[in-house]
Amino acid sequence: MDEITRTVKYEADTDPHFAEEIAGIARGETLRACIQCGNCSGACPVSPYMDYTPRRIIAMTRAGFKREALSSTTIWLCASCYNCTVECPKQIRITDVMYALKQKAIKERLYPKRFPVAVLAREFSAAVRQFGRNSELWLIIYLYLKTNPFAMLKQSILGLRLFLQGRMGLKRERIPMGTGKKGDLQTIWNALDRADR
Amino acid sequence: MSETMQSAEPRVGVYVCHCGINIAAKVDIAAVVEFAKTLPYVIVVRDYKFMCSDPGQELLQQDIKELGLNRIVVASCSPLMHEATFRHATEAAGLNQFYFQMANIREHVSWVTADKALATRKSQALVSAAVRRVVLNEPLEHQKVPVKPNVLVVGGGIAGIHAALTLANAGKQVTLVEREPTIGGHMAKFDKTFPTLDCAACILTPKMSMVRSHPNITMLTYAEVVGVEGYVGNFTVKVKKKARYVHEELCVGCNECVEACVYKEGRFTDTFNEGLSKRKPVYMPFPQATPSVVLIDPESCIELKTGKCKKQCATACTRNAIDFTMTDEIVALEVGAIIIATGFQTFDATRIPQYGYGKFPNVYTSLEVERLVNASGPTGGEVQLRDGSTPKRVGIIHCVGSRDEKTNRHCSRVCCMYSLKLAHLIHERTDAEVYNLYIDMRTPGKGYEEFYDKLLKEGVNFIRGRAAEVTDWTVTPEEEGKLVIRAEDTLIGVVRRIPVDMVVLSVGLEAHADADEVRRLFNISCSKEGWFLERHPKLAPVSTFTDGIFIAGACQGPKDIPDTVAQAGAAVAEALALVDRGFVELEPNTAFITKELCSGCHTCIAMCPFSAIRYNKEAGVAEINPALCKGCGTCVAACPSGAAQQHLFTDEQIFQEIEGVLNYV
Amino acid sequence: MNHLYYPGCSLKSTGRAYEESLLAVCATLGVGLTELQDWNCCGATSYMAIDEVKAFALAARNLALAEEQGKVGPGTPTVDLVAPCAACYLVLAKAQHCLEENKEVGGKITAALAAAQLQYTGRVVMRHPLDLFTNALGLDAIKAQVTKPLTGLKVACYYGCQIVRPYATFDDQYHPMTMDHLVTALGGTPVDWPLKTRCCGGSLTGTVQEVGLRMSYHLLKEARKRGADVLLTACPLCQFNLECYQDPMKALFPDHEPLPVLYFTQLMGLALGLERARLGLQRLFVPFRQPVGV
Ligand SMILES: Cc1cc2nc3c(=O)[nH]c(=O)nc-3n(C[C@H](O)[C@H](O)[C@H](O)COP(=O)(O)OP(=O)(O)OC[C@H]3O[C@@H](n4cnc5c(N)ncnc54)[C@H](O)[C@@H]3O)c2cc1C
Ligand code: SF4
Ligand code: SF4
Ligand code: SF4
Ligand code: SF4
Repeated sequence: MDEITRTVKYEADTDPHFAEEIAGIARGETLRACIQCGNCSGACPVSPYMDYTPRRIIAMTRAGFKREALSSTTIWLCASCYNCTVECPKQIRITDVMYALKQKAIKERLYPKRFPVAVLAREFSAAVRQFGRNSELWLIIYLYLKTNPFAMLKQSILGLRLFLQGRMGLKRERIPMGTGKKGDLQTIWNALDRADR
Repeated sequence: MSETMQSAEPRVGVYVCHCGINIAAKVDIAAVVEFAKTLPYVIVVRDYKFMCSDPGQELLQQDIKELGLNRIVVASCSPLMHEATFRHATEAAGLNQFYFQMANIREHVSWVTADKALATRKSQALVSAAVRRVVLNEPLEHQKVPVKPNVLVVGGGIAGIHAALTLANAGKQVTLVEREPTIGGHMAKFDKTFPTLDCAACILTPKMSMVRSHPNITMLTYAEVVGVEGYVGNFTVKVKKKARYVHEELCVGCNECVEACVYKEGRFTDTFNEGLSKRKPVYMPFPQATPSVVLIDPESCIELKTGKCKKQCATACTRNAIDFTMTDEIVALEVGAIIIATGFQTFDATRIPQYGYGKFPNVYTSLEVERLVNASGPTGGEVQLRDGSTPKRVGIIHCVGSRDEKTNRHCSRVCCMYSLKLAHLIHERTDAEVYNLYIDMRTPGKGYEEFYDKLLKEGVNFIRGRAAEVTDWTVTPEEEGKLVIRAEDTLIGVVRRIPVDMVVLSVGLEAHADADEVRRLFNISCSKEGWFLERHPKLAPVSTFTDGIFIAGACQGPKDIPDTVAQAGAAVAEALALVDRGFVELEPNTAFITKELCSGCHTCIAMCPFSAIRYNKEAGVAEINPALCKGCGTCVAACPSGAAQQHLFTDEQIFQEIEGVLNYV
Repeated sequence: MNHLYYPGCSLKSTGRAYEESLLAVCATLGVGLTELQDWNCCGATSYMAIDEVKAFALAARNLALAEEQGKVGPGTPTVDLVAPCAACYLVLAKAQHCLEENKEVGGKITAALAAAQLQYTGRVVMRHPLDLFTNALGLDAIKAQVTKPLTGLKVACYYGCQIVRPYATFDDQYHPMTMDHLVTALGGTPVDWPLKTRCCGGSLTGTVQEVGLRMSYHLLKEARKRGADVLLTACPLCQFNLECYQDPMKALFPDHEPLPVLYFTQLMGLALGLERARLGLQRLFVPFRQPVGV
């Protein structure tokens, strides 16, 4: 190692309310009860690729290490497989904590730059919000345009094959939006937006 | 104590305690004193720093003598704390102790009230209530009931064995009831015990044979208590002795019958060896079994199942001990005290499927491995895999069925230590690489941390992390053919895959599955997990809420052998204190029935949780046995005729107390 | 037997063959599936990362539509909603749990639904086709219609993560068996393998490809190692990950050997004697050539 960094953490650098905030978003999750056993990390199929194991994310969240937790790759690599959640001996819903951290990271724009998962989540939700359904082709196009336009070339072979096999259409999937009629999704969005405000 | 004084006009003395600053800091003592002076019949009011101290007690005693007080109120702490103290002080000054009344202004007021003015008002209200009620108090006497001298011990593990021997050495007649065909409990299965690694058999078997030969001990094995009646000092117990089909007094344990059985080889699960070996229908549980008597299992014996066996066992027995006509028998006992020492069961490892117990043959429970390392076990002490080979790499997973909301929340207390013990023994016997996967290492005991230190230096590997799974999914060449334990090494922060030949699951300690039935039988309580409940976790650790019944060992909660034996000793001391005194004093605050008012409706009889009420056919009324009545008041509240009343809690006393509070408010 | 059917976005595109085979099999077995009108995207895993309440609202709208179109009311206490996509199944089931348990979230969503004159009263029963076939229809009924038994075919049943945990109750979380039993009923031989419920990588294959590929690669490798001729999935994303990326997988892991990955409904269809085209088998990237029913 040629660079030496100092890693002491001052109390002033931690966010004492972070744990409560995340617990709140994750519907009152009891992450304070965590005994740091690491079962979540051991059960997680993606943990080998994460910068912090799920257990460390729980510890960091609890201790108010907000920046570290929110900018970790861990929360974006989480595949929502729920393995950790079913195995945790303290029945902490770790998957939901991961979701809460993702939400927070997107709000605070703290996720690793151009990290495709976060972009995917954003593009996906924007499309669903607008059209009520998701069209895989369009989603992928947006995703690559926003993250890595060159990689799209590589993927285009796959896309072409999918197209040829009839597994991807050019048509945008959508349901009627903004009709104001019974069941209109736009009306539901508006109601939720009003409630948020 | 003179009659005149007691029947005379009430003369009340009120004493307000500061309890250091416990009460004084929150309650305006002077205001309470001034207020108390205004109450009816009050002759004197005093306050003092510590009423429970000798000078404090003398204060009220002096007043009784000099001012002719005949009722005493102390406003201080909880009656649980010092009611007995003040009652004795009252009695010593020549007044009946039930002319004393306590007002709790500490636990009920100063400790739980933030506002000083409110605390003062509430104290005044409680003093007012106590003064009004004490005026109506009557003199009562404790009743004395003789105690039977014999003691029953239930459960023949190390707790029961130690208790029985100690009692017997003190000259008591003891009956030891054990459910299994032999005494010894879990300890009999171990080879070595932590932390000293002394041989379990060497320290246990001598005690077992002492039980067998002690003139003061009657041992009833293969037996269970089926009924308990009576009350402290006077229990009548029924014990069912299951048929062994072998006469205990004739059998000398020569094993000739076992040799002769028509089954040439063992065919049935040997439970003592945790299923690692097979036994015949006629068998000796293990070589040092006590009593050293064989038994025949009716589930597997051909003769007992079909009546069509050549009965070679019976022919082989030169002492004619075998008897297929034997039936279960009921033995009745009269005892003064009972010690329950029924121990624990281990966690069923199949409940955590990700560890593969029952699926992968080389995943063992710790208890199975105790048998494997035992010199008299199924492999003669060789640590072997199912195929007979020696493991080169072994993983020991701690906390299986402990510290887990989905199974048991508690820490089983002994698993860390026994896992260290097994790690040492396996490492020593096989030279295998051993990995202990633990959540937290818990070694609080004399010499325990030192034992951990020894293991660390021996080169056993320790990984802090709860194992996530045991799998036969292999990824790298060195994993091929092995079981892989996947866990996070939390101290490094990396997930590791540990390939091993053998997995040991350190199963936790649980209350017996039938704990609830047993507790009902003896009318004691248990926690929601099934551990028998002590009367007080610190100050009455071996007593139960039923007088005369004590608990010892792992039935009260997970504990190791040193703690178990210490607790057994404590239970013996309590039992001796009871039976050696020769009598019990019953609290006089019992319920009673006014014959004239009772309509004989039976309502109370069904309600009494202590079965203290009987119906007197001739008189046509219900009667309460004061020796059984615990003064719970259930019948008093239930009686539609107002015939049931309770000493010290008559309707009038309670109404006065309520009025005392309400008037004030 | 009539059920409402929630296809979800994938079954209309990358997972078309799942829909085709499911509908064909159901038609043959006499199981009626009526597509939910006007359904919207379930929200999948992505919306949860943006806004949980809105994600649940998406799910709740579908549930409310199901109650309405299923005409729950007196005499019809509940309605079955069949969701073949594991992600949809989980999200819808999770929303049900949350609406029931969490008053705050539930209240917000009830109000928003009411604005669009919808209501959800908790009377939808989520069903995965595996649940439908093994528990509602019964294996015997299926067995009776098998014309081309899968004799000799070794099958690795892959359940993935989201249909068995944490909300599903129709199968064992650790050792799920419904698909295995189904394969046995079709005359095939399920192989015992340890990765039945290990995650395939989910959307990671599309976003962080090196991670997703490795996860899928291990699954396929282990299935092969246990002797499987084919791997069955019950989810469009699993099928997509495990099948369509086998070329890049080969580039990254030269020892990779192609393995056909089918929807379990496709294999069911073959055993029931249906034509390959009706089952969308022509859409496979890794063709399944092994003859069945011989
Ligand atoms: C794998 C393992 C290894 C251990 N190693 C050690 C060690 O090395 N050192 C150490 O200090 N501790 C060790 N322990 C802990 C030790 O086993 C306990 O401390 C000890 O056994 C407790 O003794 P006990 O008499 O209370 O209970 P038990 O040993 O369980 O004995 C209870 C007895 O009561 C009988 N019984 C149960 N119910 C009834 C009933 N209803 N009627 C009649 N009889 C009944 C049972 O058959 C049994 O014989 C170990 C525990 C385990 C699981
Ligand atoms: S499994 Fe649960 S208790 Fe253990 S480290 Fe993870 S979150 Fe904490
Ligand atoms: S839900 Fe996320 S963190 Fe938990 S085990 Fe699955 S991938 Fe890992
Ligand atoms: S009766 Fe027969 S089977 Fe039974 S123990 Fe004797 S010899 Fe064995
Ligand atoms: S006292 Fe009352 S309740 Fe009790 S037996 Fe008599 S009438 Fe019944």
